[in-house]
Amino acid sequence: MNTRHPGLNLGAHHGAADDAAEVEIFGFWVFMMSDAVLFGLLMATYVSFLGATHGGPGPQTLFDLRSITVQTVLLLTSSLTMGLAQLAMKHEEGTRRIVVWLLVSLGLGGAFLALEMHDFLSMIDKGGVPQASGFLSAYWALVPLHGLHVASAGLWMLAILGQMAWYGVDDGVKTGLLRLGVLWHFLDVVWIGIFTIVFVGGLA
Amino acid sequence: MSVKKERRSYLIGYVLALILTLPVLGLTASGALPRGTLLWVAGVAAVVQIAVHFRFFLHIRLKGQTREDLHLILFTTLILALMGGGTIWIMADLAARM
Repeated sequence: MNTRHPGLNLGAHHGAADDAAEVEIFGFWVFMMSDAVLFGLLMATYVSFLGATHGGPGPQTLFDLRSITVQTVLLLTSSLTMGLAQLAMKHEEGTRRIVVWLLVSLGLGGAFLALEMHDFLSMIDKGGVPQASGFLSAYWALVPLHGLHVASAGLWMLAILGQMAWYGVDDGVKTGLLRLGVLWHFLDVVWIGIFTIVFVGGLA
Repeated sequence: MSVKKERRSYLIGYVLALILTLPVLGLTASGALPRGTLLWVAGVAAVVQIAVHFRFFLHIRLKGQTREDLHLILFTTLILALMGGGTIWIMADLAARM
């Protein structure tokens, strides 16, 4: 199967939207890869600071592996439902179906953020604040940055849902949703890095 | 490709992702493996899972797409390996000498 740009391709029957996607999605990938470098370097920083707890609380006291497991499942499931929303758009299965899958993804993303926020607050309660040690500075630079990305992706999804309500599923909505899908799946990839390096690496 | 086939591809990706994630978290919780082994298992599972996400969710393949896309991703991986790996190497070396 030949594809025109990285990611899910709409196919020729989408006409102008498929043509526009070729340049726009590739450009978005360039941005996404620069974001990957940023996350990768923050992970390298975290690895360098692992153990630099300076007498403050360490991973064993601060991390809640059960909550991380639930967060991981929530994020992975939201990636699946995001994919289903994009497939519904690609195969023109109706606006209702696209909206339902998008709302499910949004709900899963929101549940992830709520759990993460709960973890952050309980860490602060235990004295795990950014200024406590090099280890914690590195943690707070990396993990909340991913959360911020997820929150921004959620806001973007709300904007696209608004556009869909206003304009219908037009070319702008289609290419927008394709780019949001790339971001959504990419944030999953970053989360794999985070749970492996930050949580498994910290607790092992 | 038909809708059914494409939907199945997403489901396969999702199941593989769970299979590569949950056992690693379980092993970490149980503490059954020594630290070094666990880190190796987790690292290999993570790399495979990233490949799964790229293949099933982001539709990146080695063949059948324009070459610039693959170059972009491979170049980013190279930059990450140099800068990330270099950071960890140099900082660990410095820490060992302190």
